[in-house]
Amino acid sequence: MSATSPPPSPADGRRMELQVPRRSRWEEFWRLFRRNRLAVGGMIIFILFFGVATAGLFLTAGTQPIFDPALVRLQEKLRPPLARPHVDSLGAQEVPPLGVYLLGTDELGRDVFARMLQGAWVSLTVGFVAVGIAVFIGIFMGGMAGYFGQEFIRIGHLLWAVAVIAGAALLFSGIVAVGLLVGAGGVAGLVHNLTPKRISGRTQRSWGGAVLAQNAMRVDTLIMRFVDIMLCFPSFFLILTVVALLPPSIYNIMIVIGLTSWMGAARFVRAEFLALREQDFVAAARALGLGNFRIIFRHMMPNAIAPVLVSATIGIATAILTEAGLSFLGFGVPPPHATWGNILSDGRQFIFDAPWLTFIPGLAILIVVLAFNLFGDGLRDVLNPKLRERHA
Amino acid sequence: MDNQRNRNSVILRVEGLKKYFPIHRGFFQRIAGWVKAVEDVSFEIERGRTLGLVGESGCGKTTVGRLILKLLTPDAGRIIYQGQDITDLSSREMKPIRKEIQIIFQDPYGSLNPRLTVGQTLGEGLQVAGIRSGAPRRERLEKLLQMVGMPPAVVDRYPHEFSGGQRQRIGIARALSVEPSLIICDEPISALDVSIQAQIINLLKDLQDQLGLSYLFISHDLNVVGYLCDHLCVMYKGHIMEYAPTDELFANPAHPYTLALLAAIPDPETPKDPPLTAENQRGTVAEPPAGCSYLAQCPFGEPACREAARTFTKVGPNHFIRCWKVTPSRGADYFSGPGPAA
Repeated sequence: MSATSPPPSPADGRRMELQVPRRSRWEEFWRLFRRNRLAVGGMIIFILFFGVATAGLFLTAGTQPIFDPALVRLQEKLRPPLARPHVDSLGAQEVPPLGVYLLGTDELGRDVFARMLQGAWVSLTVGFVAVGIAVFIGIFMGGMAGYFGQEFIRIGHLLWAVAVIAGAALLFSGIVAVGLLVGAGGVAGLVHNLTPKRISGRTQRSWGGAVLAQNAMRVDTLIMRFVDIMLCFPSFFLILTVVALLPPSIYNIMIVIGLTSWMGAARFVRAEFLALREQDFVAAARALGLGNFRIIFRHMMPNAIAPVLVSATIGIATAILTEAGLSFLGFGVPPPHATWGNILSDGRQFIFDAPWLTFIPGLAILIVVLAFNLFGDGLRDVLNPKLRERHA
Repeated sequence: MDNQRNRNSVILRVEGLKKYFPIHRGFFQRIAGWVKAVEDVSFEIERGRTLGLVGESGCGKTTVGRLILKLLTPDAGRIIYQGQDITDLSSREMKPIRKEIQIIFQDPYGSLNPRLTVGQTLGEGLQVAGIRSGAPRRERLEKLLQMVGMPPAVVDRYPHEFSGGQRQRIGIARALSVEPSLIICDEPISALDVSIQAQIINLLKDLQDQLGLSYLFISHDLNVVGYLCDHLCVMYKGHIMEYAPTDELFANPAHPYTLALLAAIPDPETPKDPPLTAENQRGTVAEPPAGCSYLAQCPFGEPACREAARTFTKVGPNHFIRCWKVTPSRGADYFSGPGPAA
């Protein structure tokens, strides 16, 4: 609050004329964020990166791209950055559009600048799509564990779920008839089990029914132990295995990275939900008779999302690194397409003759990852209400 | 006919409510014990009246409130709202009754969603009440804010822009937004400044006169409760120890615990003797499994108290007590002792 504004009058509702300077949420956010120079720097780099990657998509795509990342000029291989092309030995189409090899050429004479442009889009989409998937799964799992965690899962539920999964597996392995049957049975069982029933006075239960109705474990236990199991795998090797089994494609990589990095978000959301469930405003919402859906998405999620957002920003950096690592090992995006990882990987054989081939993508990864981390840290500081009070 | 009238005048009846919370321990989270939050609580609230529920921290007052709202499920007992047993209703069947019973919370900071403006918060209730949009919604919002003494301009503001007392007014407005008949006030003033407390109490009283509300007023402050309530329940360790009309309870307190509570009210004019407890002599006595839960603190304890606690017994017109020492014929026979002379 600025020193010139008078203090707000103490708490008389009737007289309360609102002298507190009004700030919208965004103004407040920006005011606090601006103080963190490093975070602002990170954000600027992030915006630049976003612009470059988007521009790169349009400049390198199509049949007649302005920057052709796949154009081989064997006579111009391993030219250093800022080298002028030997125009007389090149066809009109082969002269780089800037009239200079801005970041040099690689061992096939391809323009590294064009390849970096193409790779930027890969890094960006891998980062965002993978983290998007991870955050979505994380919020869903964490939300279930946090909100419905105290409900019990019955043995019946588990059996039917196994039937559904088995059915799906059979379907995929070509045994359609049996698969359909088992899967449909599982779905029917689940639906039957999950429909709320009224407790009537006496229900006749067979022995089997009694076993199926046994409480097996809590929803929270099931989900969080699954999270623990997922965290036990060294995720990079898990990704390597999956990528080795699946056809190499950038989308597979995004999905696999997403599927193996949702656990952090799930833990964050669960922790937040456990705390929020006990808050009075949630109790008030339940007392008003609002539905679970509305309570979750209007009252709890907006209050739980801040730590997830922060971890997502940092997760983008990790995903970019993972993709670069995979490409470096040759499991990434298949070769004609350039990514920062495989530029780096291809360049390592020439590290003494053409150091720019490793340093340029390496530096680019470093800068982008650092920018995301700084941005994420700044975001965390601003969104943390305790730190906010200290600033205000 | 008398029965009919009686049913209409009682808005909420609670019979033998019980709620235990499990204590989980160890790796497998096995149940190591139970917190007996509410053991046996019965009372009635009359339409348009206020019932006070007093007791020390942790005696189960708040749990009773949450049980009535069905935010918690009772382990035993019945909750009867306007003659309808709502104990076992499903959440769908509860929907229409949710509108009837609302709550005001103790902590004005935790009770409002920090991400919603005042208008959005109140709008939730209006939506439940079936007022969705347009002019009726705006009118109703303004009416609500005016009822709790806030200017209509605050609808677009966020909770963090208000003081505790203002937030509490917003909390009251939210409770009123669905036009309830019964409001559970869960220590609505204990978190507030003393100067604001009076404003909120008067606001609650005015609203009761205007709208004919019934209150269950949960508090540990006997002064406030004495001013606001028509009847009082004194609660200790999950039991109601004494029930009486407010005037009667202040004039003829019968249970030793009530005496201790009354003696603990600070009075600037006449300093009192230390409160009537036996904590120092008998604080280490283990709580008897079957006996009176107050025995360990009670200066008048005797062997009979160890055997069994007394059931809720009538000792005067509309005056009930759970203590062996008091009988209708003899009156409180310990009054000859070191108690405050009546």
